[in-house]
Amino acid sequence: MGKWTRRGFIAAGLVGGGVLAVGVGIREGHRAPKLAEMMTDGDETLVNVWVKLDQDNTITAIVPHSEMGQGVFTSMAQMLADEMDADWEKVRFEQAPAHEAYANYPLGREFIMGDTTVPGFVQDSLNGGFLRIAQSMGLQITGGSTAVRFTGMGGMRIAGAAAREMIVKAAAKEWDVPARDVRTANSYVYADSKGLSAPYSDFAVQAAKYAPPTRPKLKSVSEYTLMGKSLPRFDIPAKTNGTAEFGIDVDLPDMKYAAVMGPPVLGAETVSVDDTYAVDMPGVIKVLDKGTFVAVVADGYWQAENAIQQLEVTWSETGAESLNQSDIFGLMRTAMDEAGDKGEEDVAVGNVRRAESSAARVYEAEYTVPFLAHAAMEPLNATAWVREGQIDLWSGLQNPLAVRDEIAGAFDIKKHDVTIHNVMLGGGFGRRSSPDYPLMAVEIAKEFDHPVKMIWSREQDTQQDWYRPASVSRFKAGLDEDGMPLSWDNLFTQKHDPPEASQIPYKIDNQLIHYAHADHHVRFGPWRSVDHTQHGFFIESFVDELADQAGMDGYAYRRKLLEHSPRYTAVLDAAAKAANWGREVPEGRGLGIALVDSFGTVVAQVVEVDVTGPEPKVVHVWCAADPGFAMNPDGFIAQIESGIIYGLTAALYGDITIENGAVVQSNFHDYPMLRIDQAPEISVEIINSGEKVGGGGEPGTPPIAPALANAVFAATGVRVRSQPIANFMEGLS
Amino acid sequence: MSQTRFTVNGEDRVVDADPSTPLLWVIREQLKLTGTKFGCGIAQCGACTVHLDGTPVRSCSTPLAAAEGAAVTTIEGVASEDGTQHKVQAAWIEHQVPQCGYCQSGQIMSAVALLRDNPDPTDADIDAAMRGNICRCGAYGRIRAAIKTAARA
Repeated sequence: MGKWTRRGFIAAGLVGGGVLAVGVGIREGHRAPKLAEMMTDGDETLVNVWVKLDQDNTITAIVPHSEMGQGVFTSMAQMLADEMDADWEKVRFEQAPAHEAYANYPLGREFIMGDTTVPGFVQDSLNGGFLRIAQSMGLQITGGSTAVRFTGMGGMRIAGAAAREMIVKAAAKEWDVPARDVRTANSYVYADSKGLSAPYSDFAVQAAKYAPPTRPKLKSVSEYTLMGKSLPRFDIPAKTNGTAEFGIDVDLPDMKYAAVMGPPVLGAETVSVDDTYAVDMPGVIKVLDKGTFVAVVADGYWQAENAIQQLEVTWSETGAESLNQSDIFGLMRTAMDEAGDKGEEDVAVGNVRRAESSAARVYEAEYTVPFLAHAAMEPLNATAWVREGQIDLWSGLQNPLAVRDEIAGAFDIKKHDVTIHNVMLGGGFGRRSSPDYPLMAVEIAKEFDHPVKMIWSREQDTQQDWYRPASVSRFKAGLDEDGMPLSWDNLFTQKHDPPEASQIPYKIDNQLIHYAHADHHVRFGPWRSVDHTQHGFFIESFVDELADQAGMDGYAYRRKLLEHSPRYTAVLDAAAKAANWGREVPEGRGLGIALVDSFGTVVAQVVEVDVTGPEPKVVHVWCAADPGFAMNPDGFIAQIESGIIYGLTAALYGDITIENGAVVQSNFHDYPMLRIDQAPEISVEIINSGEKVGGGGEPGTPPIAPALANAVFAATGVRVRSQPIANFMEGLS
Repeated sequence: MSQTRFTVNGEDRVVDADPSTPLLWVIREQLKLTGTKFGCGIAQCGACTVHLDGTPVRSCSTPLAAAEGAAVTTIEGVASEDGTQHKVQAAWIEHQVPQCGYCQSGQIMSAVALLRDNPDPTDADIDAAMRGNICRCGAYGRIRAAIKTAARA
């Protein structure tokens, strides 16, 4: 991977003349001199950003996302290379630096415009405006399953197509043939009528003189050669031999190590720090009282961690010290009671009250979910080096650009004097989009001339998280004589993102979806699929209860409510068929089904559970997923498998609880993870419907908890209305 | 400080460190072999798994003193001396096992030990040998498939 600095980039092997770079989103007027300062080095020719053609005909994809296991480097490069007719063997990648020009422009555009199509957006002024908006929003996020659907579809493909057209134009001129007689394949240009062929790189210098086409022609699905193929991921070999470099592996000259400790009750600050014993411990260099946290810097991490355990810290009282988990749920229920029929409205169609009054009966249920920590395998860490007028930070970040801006703001330094060295993430799941830990690393390192690597213990990682919110959801449905819903009233608490998460796929004429908010001190963080994780459980559990009320099975009932949507029906059918839905299962087993549309991908899952053991064991998960089009099918399947295990872990065991204001759980012994012996067999079927391309990283997670809960009901006749499910089952026995 | 002598991936090493220091931190910070990962510090996750005289151990909970005179193998020492991948590593690539990849050094160290002692493991054998290694990306199905492929290689 290349090394990026604040002034430009130096990529090994790319120094030397005639390098073509093409990308999307920069207006002509923006190209120089601001970008030239950043991009050009030696003989490199700047056209734009995102794809570079080197003199040896190597093509480099510049990927504005972080690699945290989802294979973005590969899928982005695939999309670029296909449109460019590139030789896949000679395609490389680099991760874009944290700089405005790489702000997540397609995401910003989508964010502002919703689903509106903006034709020919490469150079028109509208899009110049969007670029500026994206920049000002500080977007350079890996999250929200945005990589393929926004950056890939809106950026990489257009960059590749534009580069190809410019090369074709240059070749046609050089060879004196019409451009239509020039064809491309495997990074070569051909003029068959004259028997000529040459590598792309021969035309890089000439092509760089052209303005990029405003509307490069994109391939149709039948023309794809690389998109839709399960190409091996670039990043995997290094992850089998110990050479992949994660944030925790960064090694710098004269580097020291820091252990940290935050307040047990989030939001508290230090009153006093007694370091009498710790300062004299072996290797200890300094004990730091930073107010919101304390740190020990030592020659080695183990020494720092040992010493921090010996500090006597008194924390301020915030008022949350008396709060227990049941009190927090109580605050939510109070907020809901106060909201009554009102609260903030998500959806209001028809008239639910009138529908209820004409209903044969009204059915109600309440569900809860607990707080969840992210528990990425790599404990949070960041390495900072603060020098005169300059800050360098090495860390695995989901949002490097925002972190750079936060550091610049917090330490009163120009943005361009902050350099972010983004390395691989040992899991993100949303946790690595919060800037708290990189700021702490700088706060520590500014006390020293040398770099300091701050590593959180697993206990800190668990207790100082930004949590998936605990929440409560109440449903009231007016049912007709057949048990079909006339109305859907859902009141819930703690709304965050994405805004559509509480909406239902089912056709029900009268809907009121509204929410209240309870203030408490446990901070919110985006957790894989964000609000969809709780709403998937709430909605799909309640629909299953309604099915039972109607005397129908969950599949048939949903199907009836989805008749308006062939896409949803196809996904639901595929999962049911794969699982052989409706078959007899042995005593102690049950099948459950759920469907959730999140991040543009529709996913249905069927779970077969066995409840004969001490805890429910998921035997098999059959999953059907429609992402519109899967760019890298095996990579997409891996993401769905991962989403299922992540969601299943939470559904079975995930439980962060608050006692006396503090998080109780601390490590994997009391915040357990699913292990290989409990992992189900997973079968994934992809449906390429041709709909707008959806995400892969998150949509696998939301359906698994309700599918499991519904399977438990099928096996036991008991409804699961809270999580974790393993605790719930324990209560039954 | 006292000196501890042992071999790491076949090379003689002498380390000056408190003998109670976990082997993990000696390997990572002093020997600069960062393929071995820190995950939990209490032998619950397996990210730090190395071989001590051939036996897989959690290096976060193994004191340096336990390595005196022993042979330590880390992920960096799994391939042959000529650089040829171990069959487990090859199977890991074939099945595209890693996602974030952070736990995979530990997973591979556990799988290598399993197959050395049990060339044809059953599913139950795989469960028993691998349940100490957590993967938060949930690559368990692929890990199981890769172990079976490596067993046949």
